Amino acid sequence: MEWIQQLVNGVSLGSIYALIALGYTMVYGIIKLINFAHGDVFMIGAFIGFYAIAEWQLGFFPALLLAMALCAVFGVVIERIAYKRLRNATRIAALITAIGVSLLIEYTTIFFRGAQPAAYPDVFANKSFTILGVQISSTSILILSVAIILMVLLQFIVHKTKIGKAMRAVSHDVDAARLMGINVDNTISATFAIGSALAGAAGVIFGVYYTKIDPLMGVIPGVKAFIAAVLGGIGIIPGAMVGGMLLGVVESLVSALGFSLWRDAAAFVILILILIFRPSGIFGKNAREKV
Amino acid sequence: MKENKKLKKFGSLLVASSLLTGVLAGCGAGGDSSSGSSSSGGGSSDGDTIKIGANLELSGNVASYGSSIAVGAELAVKEINDKGGIDGKKIELIKVDNKSENSEATAAALKLATQDKVVAMLAPATSGNTVATVQIANQNKIPIVTGSGTSPIITVNEDGSVNEYAFRTCFIDPFQGVVAANFASNELKVKNVAVFADNASDYAKGLAKSFKETITANGGTVVEEEAYVAKDTDFRTQLTTIKSKNPDFIFIPGYYEEVGLIVKQAREMGITVPLMGADGWDSPTLVDLAGAKALNNTFITNHYSAEDPDAKIQDFVKAFKAANGDKAPDAFNALGYDSIYYIADAIKRAGSTDGEAIKNALAGTKDLSLVTGTFSVDKNHNPIKSATVLEFKDGKQVFNSKVNP
Repeated sequence: MEWIQQLVNGVSLGSIYALIALGYTMVYGIIKLINFAHGDVFMIGAFIGFYAIAEWQLGFFPALLLAMALCAVFGVVIERIAYKRLRNATRIAALITAIGVSLLIEYTTIFFRGAQPAAYPDVFANKSFTILGVQISSTSILILSVAIILMVLLQFIVHKTKIGKAMRAVSHDVDAARLMGINVDNTISATFAIGSALAGAAGVIFGVYYTKIDPLMGVIPGVKAFIAAVLGGIGIIPGAMVGGMLLGVVESLVSALGFSLWRDAAAFVILILILIFRPSGIFGKNAREKV
Repeated sequence: MKENKKLKKFGSLLVASSLLTGVLAGCGAGGDSSSGSSSSGGGSSDGDTIKIGANLELSGNVASYGSSIAVGAELAVKEINDKGGIDGKKIELIKVDNKSENSEATAAALKLATQDKVVAMLAPATSGNTVATVQIANQNKIPIVTGSGTSPIITVNEDGSVNEYAFRTCFIDPFQGVVAANFASNELKVKNVAVFADNASDYAKGLAKSFKETITANGGTVVEEEAYVAKDTDFRTQLTTIKSKNPDFIFIPGYYEEVGLIVKQAREMGITVPLMGADGWDSPTLVDLAGAKALNNTFITNHYSAEDPDAKIQDFVKAFKAANGDKAPDAFNALGYDSIYYIADAIKRAGSTDGEAIKNALAGTKDLSLVTGTFSVDKNHNPIKSATVLEFKDGKQVFNSKVNP
């Protein structure tokens, strides 16, 4: 029974990784940029949700939607200010800018509210269900269902809508897409908006599930989500979901085996192994680099 | 070309704005330090005042500890001076802000020793900062007393030699583990215990070690040991393992940021047994993180409780409330207050303000009755004193019992 319980713990953790990883992977897929500021958008989302619930007395779902909406705008603003000008610069320049933006967001937040943690208010009367000897709390069911709904919604947007079609086209070939009359700038902005909204949602869910939020909370989940994205195959949307879940479960199982102090190390070992043996990830095709 | 120009403009804007932020931050820090270092009283010479330095965390990330010690110390200085001082000489407290940093703590100690020429010093509130000042104390032969630095290495070096000029008012880390284990065996009568410790902190590891030794000696069994590292947020996997071993009691030495989450997650997972920790739990943030309900049936060891019915403690609480707008004193206030009385008592018995004489008097302190307990100093310069066990009831710390060493 203990193992099933650990699996449940892992899936809850994994669904948060997956939601953040989606933003990484979408942005990478479209402009080949590892957006290191993504973990901080997650943090901003958590704080928007916190203020919405604690100060403005909103319920969970209005707070979630508000955090998603504001993070979407925030993501687009970051893209327009910091990344758009670097679209034709070297990839390393954009990468370093992303790290700079990340630090700017973290320390601006600390400047305004201090580095002390805040505790998320209880939004649900937390109930636990016992199914076959496994304790499942109502919050973990909620997290999982919100995460799955958002992922299904994302699949729908990417495959069934016009903007999704444009996103796929731009990620395939920017110049050809432009020649076909697709507004590349708007498409990229839309990608940032959707990815950041998912990170914002992950932030609120994280706050409700783990209670403690602080201005540097995005760093580790951001890196873990990056690993998840690479694990699934960066640039591939289903890969991010599977990678996130898998990473969460692996971390839980490593802890369950009695190596709880090696949990973070396990994540990085996975990153190294995947980069050595299958750099394109689980879902990646071994496409030859075009020269 | 046009794109390039725009880029430059943007770049300079970014640089300018980050510079501005830096300047603003610098201003804030500067303001704090200038207000922190103030000296009370006029420029009277060594003849009629006794200068005691206070090297404390008045700004920075553990500012709340240092500031609380300062408030307690000031009350003690005022009381002693109102009663005529030490042998007719008034105490002058010279406060210096060490910004919660080791290097600043060393610099502050050097300034107090060489420029202000103090006769003794209150050392910083945290163990790390205090250790950074021990060398200065030994070199200048000026005794230091830390109110709340609980790490054993402040007074005893790793090779077992005693730092001659370093003293403390609080008990040391391992003692809290012993008290918790005895409380668990004798009061709660538990046999099977689990330990869940912060593996990134010497404080927590020291407590866990002494707890395990004592509980085993008392006939208990440690059924599971798990560890976490500071800044973790997910403890459910370790708690699942602990729960599967069915312990009657879980000892969780650590600091409030993680402990708050551990307690919350443990209760959510249906772990209802008593949980216990130490003074690292003592923060209002703990209640915010864990929730008042989850904290029921948890215990901590601490230096003192404002609710202790002891007459000496109640007199102190009354005097403190009168001086500080009805705010109840916390453990740091009490330790700061006691540290001044500890130093004053030694100066009085030494009959001189010579560093070596004061040091010998501090080391020879016996049965000194203070707010945080009556104590005698052992050969390692650590006080032998009682600890207080507190229980959380609906988010409030309630006095449970006093445990003697």
